[in-house]
Amino acid sequence: MTRNTFSTKGLTKVYGEGRSAVHALRGVDLDIPEGEIVVLLGPSGSGKSTLLNIIGGLDRATDGTALFHDQNLSEMSDRELTRYRRDHVGFVFQFYNLMPSLTARENVELVTEIARDPMDSDEALAMVGLRERVDHFPAQLSGGEQQRVAIARAVAKNPTVLFCDEPTGALDSTTGRSVLNVLKDVNEKLGATVLIVTHAASQAAMADRVIHFADGGIRKVVLNEKKLTPEEIEW
Amino acid sequence: MVSPLDHKLLRDLWRMKGQAMAIGMVIAVGVGMLVMMTGLVTSLNETRAAYYERYRLADVFAPVTRAPDRLAGRLAAIDGVRSVEARVIGGALIDLDGIDLPVQAQAVSLPDLRNPRLNGVFLTDGRMIDRDRTDEILLLQSFAMAHGLRPGDRIQATMNGARRGFRIVGLAQSPEFLYTTAPGELIPDDARFGVIWMSRSALAAAYDMEGAFNEALLSLTRGANPAAVQEAVDRILIPYGGTGAYPLADQTSNRFVSEEISGLEAAAAGVPPVFLAVAAFLLYIVINRMVQSEREEIGLMKAFGYTNTEVGGHYFKLVMAIAIGGALAGCLMGIAGGRALIHIYIAYFKFPFLVFQLDPASFVTGVSVSILSASVGGMLVLRSVFALTPATAMRAPAPADYSRTGKMGRALNVWLDQPSRMVVRRITRQPGRMAGAMIGIACGMALCVSMITIYAGFDRTIDLTFNVIDRSDVMVSFNQDVSETAIFNLRRMEGVTLVEPVRHVPAILRNGRNSHRGVVTGLAPDARLNRALDNDLAEIPLQKTGIALSTALADILKIRPGDMLTVDVRTGRQPVLQIPVTAVAQSLLGAPAYMDLAALNRVLREPNRVSGAYLSIDQVHASAIYTKLQDMPTVAGVGLKSQAEVAFQTLMNTGAGAIRYVMGAIAFVITFGIVYNAARIAYAERSRDLASLRVIGFTRAETAFVLLGELAIVTLVALPLGGVLGYYLSFSIAAGFSSELYQIPAIFDPASYGFAAMVVIGAAVGSGWLVKRDIDRAELVSALKTRE
Repeated sequence: MTRNTFSTKGLTKVYGEGRSAVHALRGVDLDIPEGEIVVLLGPSGSGKSTLLNIIGGLDRATDGTALFHDQNLSEMSDRELTRYRRDHVGFVFQFYNLMPSLTARENVELVTEIARDPMDSDEALAMVGLRERVDHFPAQLSGGEQQRVAIARAVAKNPTVLFCDEPTGALDSTTGRSVLNVLKDVNEKLGATVLIVTHAASQAAMADRVIHFADGGIRKVVLNEKKLTPEEIEW
Repeated sequence: MVSPLDHKLLRDLWRMKGQAMAIGMVIAVGVGMLVMMTGLVTSLNETRAAYYERYRLADVFAPVTRAPDRLAGRLAAIDGVRSVEARVIGGALIDLDGIDLPVQAQAVSLPDLRNPRLNGVFLTDGRMIDRDRTDEILLLQSFAMAHGLRPGDRIQATMNGARRGFRIVGLAQSPEFLYTTAPGELIPDDARFGVIWMSRSALAAAYDMEGAFNEALLSLTRGANPAAVQEAVDRILIPYGGTGAYPLADQTSNRFVSEEISGLEAAAAGVPPVFLAVAAFLLYIVINRMVQSEREEIGLMKAFGYTNTEVGGHYFKLVMAIAIGGALAGCLMGIAGGRALIHIYIAYFKFPFLVFQLDPASFVTGVSVSILSASVGGMLVLRSVFALTPATAMRAPAPADYSRTGKMGRALNVWLDQPSRMVVRRITRQPGRMAGAMIGIACGMALCVSMITIYAGFDRTIDLTFNVIDRSDVMVSFNQDVSETAIFNLRRMEGVTLVEPVRHVPAILRNGRNSHRGVVTGLAPDARLNRALDNDLAEIPLQKTGIALSTALADILKIRPGDMLTVDVRTGRQPVLQIPVTAVAQSLLGAPAYMDLAALNRVLREPNRVSGAYLSIDQVHASAIYTKLQDMPTVAGVGLKSQAEVAFQTLMNTGAGAIRYVMGAIAFVITFGIVYNAARIAYAERSRDLASLRVIGFTRAETAFVLLGELAIVTLVALPLGGVLGYYLSFSIAAGFSSELYQIPAIFDPASYGFAAMVVIGAAVGSGWLVKRDIDRAELVSALKTRE
């Protein structure tokens, strides 16, 4: 039996207090097995990003437990969470969040310099098909290229898990597909668990597991018998 | 109905309240200083004027040897004279228990049957004298307090050679004696010079002045010509030994008070504008960067259909709210500061009451400078922002283009890690913006450097005056100009190691239309105890025919070596002499003029005369020497240099000079404000990048390095620039603190620069710590969600 990368119990997140309190997560129980591509689907405000933030070590739950392997993220100190992000987690954001003052290679090196067991930065950039543009600054790259640098930066540390929050949200279909292909490659070649948060239901077709969110809870979990490649996905 | 934009305005202000307050504080401090200083000066001038008027201080003083009372009527008949008071004054020595040296005093007569027409006294304790009791006196309050004397106490005083006992019945103040200085000395000292008021008949009896007076006081009608009146007075009094009438402006106490107030005035005119300019420049930079960071919201509003004018108006209001808020806070701070300080100065100047008045012009200046600099800062940047199409707001922000910086830094890459490269590239990519921050910090450094240089300048003035120029221990002054035998008598005393004669000759020095009522000092050749020194502190050999003027005096008279000086002697035969100026001497205390003693006596045709002596003594014999001096009939007063030094130090730390500490504090506040603002803005501009670094797994310290490294480099580059600016600024601030009474040099003192650098670095570390706290607290998630 494969072990779980994440496993949550009664995970709850409440913003604010009293009457103005917003329940972003209402007691989520969830297991995410190692090495899968998991897509979290749901409308805005359904809680999927909140879940991703908590298990990504960016935010803390109000209640419940979130285990990464057998470590309880809810009990980690700030320092331990930083360590956790540094050693295990790669992030890809909708708006790339690259450092504009560093070249593509340097953006990747930003991570390889501090990671425990990183790959070579050029290798990471080659993986996302940017071998030729390593010395370009973000301003000299297209949106898709910037996102691929962001992915290279995220995978260069050999992460255990890759979190992608609307990774194709700002991209056209061709570029979006190439980005998804990279994510698929990373999953297959590195064995990293990939979590993708998206609005686009069609992208669910490439996942091993699709988790549907609504009103701060999981409505259903669907296991994909037959995965599609990004090229086969309708955009 | 409040428009949605105004709602946004209020919310924006609330959201950026920390930053807004930091900006507002800087301008507030600049404006506050201006309001405080001008208010202080206005209030002091008004209070002085009211005090002089209420106690009928004379406009003209006319000393005379002995003039019959009937002359008072002739004086009163002079055109332009409103009233005349003829009185008797005389020198006295007061003996006090426990004090080796007798204290010099002036006895002043009060009319027997009425209040004085001029130069009234203000009774602070006890009662007025009884005209039938010849032993009753009023004593100057400040002198009494310095010696713990009270009404009811008895004192002994020597008048005209006779020792007598007196009973103090009251303590009094007078606008005539706000400051008292022992004859031949420059520095006022409450404890070392007393004033005794007693009945005219009693005082006249003591000084053989029955039916006569030796000083006439005159007040003038409005529009009278003081010079014409003085001439008319001199014509009447010179046959009776008049030494020349002089105006209130030359009266010792008033001159001192005026010097002190004009010292404050100069400081008020010279220093706050510098501070305000720095604050205004900073406001400009900060507003500029703040509006820049709102770029995207501006695009969005335009996308909604707001016009450039509406959007511009909105931001203009935001900027104005901060600038005007800061300026108004500054006005309030200035009023509060002025009120607090004025009480200290009122006590210092011994004014019995206070007329508090503010200068409306300072409010107008302060507020308009703030509005102007903020609008320029806001408008310049808004113009570039308006050029943006609304669509830019709808798209993901394009990353700032750093491609040009990459080429220049290949060599750097070898030994710089990524965070360091971020720091270096950001600085090199936006040199304009970094220069703004850097110049701001440099201005703060300059303020600190110049204020600390001024502190060192004050110390320098004391050191030069009391350790370099005057190396004596004791200064003796004689009753009148005596023959040089007095010097031989002093030399024979046991424990006196060196005696140098000196002659002080009162004179009016003139060069064209510039004149100065002062003293010509005759020094012995090869003087070692009190010398004329040039700017390199080398001794100036005094010529057999010329006069050497202090820098301050040469400035007042606008005269240079080689020019001819007119010396209108106010003693003896009162000759008017033409003497060539041979040198300019370094002096930081007073405005002395030096001549060779023999040469001085020769031009006066009074050979071998001296008026005093500088003594170097063996401290073991000090007490015995003082006793002997006291018993010498020719000695009028004895001054100790150590006492003078303490009095001078006190003067500098409580008078106009004391304001330097307030200004120094303000300089530090502004410096901190500048550095803190620079750090805050840099943080606001980079919060998203920093959050990304934290998400990637950088620790707080590593993340903070990227931001604080930038601050550190900007600060370090600013230090030398600020040092250079401060070097030049210190000259104008030193000039502001210098008066006729003492001069403050702006000397290059490396320690001042080191200390100022420590202050700036301290401010940077403090600001860095405050901002780092915010980095630590930043919510990673929300920081990532917001687009730049």
